[in-house]
Amino acid sequence: QDYFGVCSEVMIKDNVVVVYEVLEEMLDNGFPLATESNILKELIKPPTILRTVVNTITGSTNVGDQLPTGQLSVVPWRRTGVKYTNNEAYFDVIEEIDAIIDKSGSTITAEIQGVIDACVKLTGMPDLTLSFMNPRLLDDVSFHPCVRFKRWESERILSFIPPDGNFRLLSYHVSAQNLVAIPVYVKHNISFRDSSSLGRFEITVGPKQTMGKTVEGVMVTSQMPKGVLNMTLTPSQGTHTFDPVTKLLSWDVGKINPQKLPSLKGTVSLQAGTSKPDENPTINLQFKIQQLAISGLKVNRLDMYGEKYKPFKGIKYMTKAGKFQVRT
Amino acid sequence: MAAGPAYGEEKGGSSSLGEPEYGHDPASGGIFAADYKRHDDLKEMLDSNKDSLKLEAMKRIVAMIARGKNASDLFPAVVKNVACKNIEVKKLVYVYLVRYAEEQQDLALLSISTFQRGLKDPNQLIRASALRVLSSIRVPIIVPIMMLAIKEAASDMSPYVRKTAAHAIPKLYSLDSDQKDQLIEVIEKLLADKTTLVAGSVVMAFEEVCPERIDLIHKNYRKLCNLLIDVEEWGQVVIINMLTRYARTQFLSPNQNESLLEESTEKAFYGSEEDDTKDAKAEAAPLAKRKPYVMDPDHRLLLRNTKPLLQSRNAAVVMAVAQLYFHLAPKAEVGVIAKALVRLLRSHSEVQYVVLQNVATMSIKRRGMFEPYLKSFYIRSTDPTQIKILKLEVLTNLANETNISTILREFQTYIRSMDKDFVAATIQAIGRCATNIGKVRDTCLNGLVQLLSNRDELVVAESVVVIKKLLQMQPAQHSEIIKHMAKLTDNIQVPMARASILWLIGEYCEHVPKIAPDVLRKMAKSFTNEEDIVKLQVINLAAKLYLTNSKQSKLLTQYVLNLAKYDQNYDIRDRARFIRQLIVPTEKSGALNKYAKKLFLAQKPAPILESSFKDRDHFQLGSLSHLLNTKAVGYQELPDWPDEAPDPSVRNVEVPEWTKCTSREKRKEKVEKPFYSDSDGESGPTESADSEPESGSEESGSSSSSSSSSSGSEEEEEEEEEGSGEQSEDKEEEEEEKRPKRKEKEGSWQAAPGSAGSPSEEEEDEERAKKAKKKVALQGKKGCAETSEEEASGFESSSSGSDSGSEAEATQRKAPPSSRAVPKEISLLDLDDFTPPTPQPISSSSVISTSLVTDLEGLTLIDTSLAPTLLSPGFGAVRTYELLHRMAGEGLSVEYCFSRRPFPGDQHMVAVQIQISNNTDTEVKSLRVSEPKPLSGMRIQEFPEIEYLAPGETASVVMGIDFCDSTQAANFQLCTHTRHFYVSIQPPVGELMAPVFMSENEFRKEQGKLTGMSEITEKLMLSEKYRSDHAIVQQVTSAANVGRVPCGADNEYRFAAKTVTSGSLVLITLEQREGAAAQLTINSEKMVIGTMLVKDIIQALTQ
Repeated sequence: QDYFGVCSEVMIKDNVVVVYEVLEEMLDNGFPLATESNILKELIKPPTILRTVVNTITGSTNVGDQLPTGQLSVVPWRRTGVKYTNNEAYFDVIEEIDAIIDKSGSTITAEIQGVIDACVKLTGMPDLTLSFMNPRLLDDVSFHPCVRFKRWESERILSFIPPDGNFRLLSYHVSAQNLVAIPVYVKHNISFRDSSSLGRFEITVGPKQTMGKTVEGVMVTSQMPKGVLNMTLTPSQGTHTFDPVTKLLSWDVGKINPQKLPSLKGTVSLQAGTSKPDENPTINLQFKIQQLAISGLKVNRLDMYGEKYKPFKGIKYMTKAGKFQVRT
Repeated sequence: MAAGPAYGEEKGGSSSLGEPEYGHDPASGGIFAADYKRHDDLKEMLDSNKDSLKLEAMKRIVAMIARGKNASDLFPAVVKNVACKNIEVKKLVYVYLVRYAEEQQDLALLSISTFQRGLKDPNQLIRASALRVLSSIRVPIIVPIMMLAIKEAASDMSPYVRKTAAHAIPKLYSLDSDQKDQLIEVIEKLLADKTTLVAGSVVMAFEEVCPERIDLIHKNYRKLCNLLIDVEEWGQVVIINMLTRYARTQFLSPNQNESLLEESTEKAFYGSEEDDTKDAKAEAAPLAKRKPYVMDPDHRLLLRNTKPLLQSRNAAVVMAVAQLYFHLAPKAEVGVIAKALVRLLRSHSEVQYVVLQNVATMSIKRRGMFEPYLKSFYIRSTDPTQIKILKLEVLTNLANETNISTILREFQTYIRSMDKDFVAATIQAIGRCATNIGKVRDTCLNGLVQLLSNRDELVVAESVVVIKKLLQMQPAQHSEIIKHMAKLTDNIQVPMARASILWLIGEYCEHVPKIAPDVLRKMAKSFTNEEDIVKLQVINLAAKLYLTNSKQSKLLTQYVLNLAKYDQNYDIRDRARFIRQLIVPTEKSGALNKYAKKLFLAQKPAPILESSFKDRDHFQLGSLSHLLNTKAVGYQELPDWPDEAPDPSVRNVEVPEWTKCTSREKRKEKVEKPFYSDSDGESGPTESADSEPESGSEESGSSSSSSSSSSGSEEEEEEEEEGSGEQSEDKEEEEEEKRPKRKEKEGSWQAAPGSAGSPSEEEEDEERAKKAKKKVALQGKKGCAETSEEEASGFESSSSGSDSGSEAEATQRKAPPSSRAVPKEISLLDLDDFTPPTPQPISSSSVISTSLVTDLEGLTLIDTSLAPTLLSPGFGAVRTYELLHRMAGEGLSVEYCFSRRPFPGDQHMVAVQIQISNNTDTEVKSLRVSEPKPLSGMRIQEFPEIEYLAPGETASVVMGIDFCDSTQAANFQLCTHTRHFYVSIQPPVGELMAPVFMSENEFRKEQGKLTGMSEITEKLMLSEKYRSDHAIVQQVTSAANVGRVPCGADNEYRFAAKTVTSGSLVLITLEQREGAAAQLTINSEKMVIGTMLVKDIIQALTQ
């Protein structure tokens, strides 16, 4: 993926040779050899348009002729001789809420799955330390190999020499035992009647415990039972589609305005003759909240050692819905 | 060769996809018609001396290979280019060669000389790739050449080439297994390699070629364990799996002996610096002598070193460690893997599937492990069916009396799912829960009976089957259900369900005497149209009825048997004939006839519903065989634990020059020695003689000047470890810098009175005490008093909890006289003035002690960081109050202080640490609390009775008091064997709360709720001393047990706490104005507490 962006059939076909070369480096006799993408990039340079042009003119290759020093050094994940004019380090704290909400709106289980993705473009061999305001939150963590585990154990500070470019610094898990704030609620009223072939359908989405942030990118999807023929619905906001083949209802809500809660109302027409479905569909919810980490995790500071210049630092928080289900 | 298939797959995959698109491809477009001409074209390009043309040609050829077209006739032309200077061309030629060399062996030989030249290339990359391709060419003639190349590469300078050599070993082995002996030699050599790069690959080769040669591992075991964390991920997986097997053959089972649990305290070491743990271990080991059975230190080493890998990002590594812990760790420690496994559940569904399979197996054996994570196994409607079913399996395994109600409620939701397979599985799961947990059997049964009226037939059928099984356990009470089910025969069409109902009726026909014959009548009518399985049950029913109620059913039975006699299925015909002979008395029928009733209506044991994962645990977890539940090719059984521990000394390393690990290892060995010779007496004289001189010298080296030895090892490290030397040195330096700082922190931690807050801390304390003792002993011999040590041991003796109190005393008693006098009188307050020890002229001991301090630091920080106390970093002094003056107490003096830790067992209680010293010259016996007279609502949790307190001794205990959020004193009697003293403890208001953590926003929000009556504001003038940030925070946190809340503004300080009993919030805001003026605001529901707190804080800040 680091090579071609998207891994698709066409992409592989177009780059057969590079794929071969990469695979050749990655595997030896079926055993994994080098899987760190930074090393691979040094061995075989990813194809770019510029490089293709240069190669055709000069006849040079995109196979590196030097063994990447990283392979042998203590920091196998970072290549040497990295140079940038703008030195920048961005960290994204992204949290996903996995939750199951039951019929009455109470939370059955909720957990937070968080990652810190980093985009580090720093010259040389910087040694970074990242400290948190509330490191106690992170009790179930997995690290990129670059993180010094002992330092974390003793001081709760992330100290690492970052790989170059994009990487996932750590991922953490705030388990179901802790209380998790649920930022949205869904009010629903879905009922099928035995007698008629029409059912009522009504969903309202509203914010709850959002710490004053706007809930964006809300998307409601629901898999309707087989017996449903069609749905006539009117949303107060956004657009909705119902696919009569897959029976999938999706409603793209967009932003939630707390003053005017978005709702979707209408009727469901069932196949004539079939009895009413014995279960109501579950509602899957997607949303995004910018500038908020729902677990309350906050980065305290980022320091750099080992290099002279002053890097540009940035941090972004985001909360997303992971597998967020509302049972009805 | 494995690479062959890999490429083959690749080829196959893309060829089938690529076939229709010939026209688009520049390589084959247009020229497809004239096949050989194209080859001429390519040949020409290959023969040209322009690299770019060659490259273009090679790219086309590789593309052809990828499509699955035969490019073998180009072989000669391609092979010529193997000597090409251009690396990319070369690489592509290699790809080509690997693909076609086996077909054209003679021509392939042409290229060999190039490889041989390549093997001597100064560029390590080229050497490595030459070896790689050479070993990938499967031409038997070149086996000797390969062997030679591998041997040469195994001693190459570059670790990368050595790694490639390790990879080449299994390739050669698969080509010619006769070379095994020579290859093993190479493996042995490479195993001794100490670069992390090589370790993974060579162990992989070891597993491929000679997994049975476990003896090769002995010498490298410790090295592998220590390097493990730095090895690349895939190598880790291989090594961990190998070590699991190794440990199973070399160590005793940790679970055979319960006493071992004590040993588990040792695992707390793993977090600290490696060197330190080694030291600590070396010191702790002689202690082990006293214990009857102790885990082999090497076993412990393995467990300790693999544990951090649970936090790897690579699921395979986590899984490997999990299986290692499951198979090797003592029961008490296996739990640590649960968290990591639950975390893996979030990844791709494939990973989920494998993890859940393993979790299912583990959850059968160790149910407790996953119980806290029950909710993580709840099922989402979007999960694929097989994941759902596995999760269900896990949930069922986890069900017990306490959580069954939540699980059943969850199951109820599942039953209404659209996924019918899943619903069926859920019903079975309910059945299993019902059998396992007797309490809920009736509830389950009722629920299942309700399901019988479900519209979906599958659901009904499944419920019938499950009900049948359940009823079999207690048929008598449930004739109603049987009747109900009998009615269902008209509706249910699923054969399995029908058969189940019939069987049930037949079996319990005595309970439903009226209905049974009627059912038989109906069934007889429809007999010919039934499924075979139903027919068999009809015959069965008929036979049973005939035996119990022959009057009513004789004719029917005859009829059914006649029908069955002419059935198409021979099974049914046979059955009918057999039954007729049995039950219908004829003149020929023999003795069997008499017993027919016994035969048919014998008591049948109820079926046991059990997990399909029950029998899987004999496969190694995480293996393919475990996943498939059948033995896969190449699966090696995990060996059983040996009865006798094999000689552990085989792992001792003779070569003394290895630094880091080995030199320390040596020291450890020396301490281990006595223990082993004690326990099994078989560590032969040879080994001990072997290592004695070295260890002796080591000992003198370490004890006299360990500073020099440590710096020495640093130097050696640099020499030995080409790459990692630098970094580790850096670390060391960093470490050095940090030490003073750490010590300070250590000091402040010590100042926090160490009432053993939780069991683990007690252990910790104990551990510390032990180590401190060791230290003191060590220094005592040298005769140099070492302040930090004494302080530490003093701290132990004065502050450790009830359990460790005695331990600490022991420490004192055993401490040599030189240090004895000092620690005795050190009270907690003295420790506040703790300053780092003045540098001593001979730094020998201080180095040890610093390392110990850092070691302890590692331990304590881990611990305290979990306790909320960390949040109030500044609180230094803890006030001690007098409970009983020595005059009033006739020589017995009692002091108490508030330890500010959660009282274990009851979180509504304030923990009060009581320190009792006996200043009399007689011993005090049976010291206890009696007749607490608490005011209404107040509760007191007494400390355990102190049986004996010798003169001059001090004991420290913790008791819990629930003050009901009031400052009323708690009155009780303190009794000794002779006297009673009336005492009372009055808490300052600041101790009635515990810090809470909240963010700035939360604080604001809560503050908004607590305005008006609940808000108290007071102005004050800050005293000279307390104008700095630090001082203010410190004063406030020492006045009240509150936690600081982050605040954006510079001149504002915020603190938050909750009252211990009612949990109502107390929010403190201190705003610093111009000069010394300040404004204090307290928001709290409890106005009384608020007012008192205001007073206390103002007093603290203005004094």
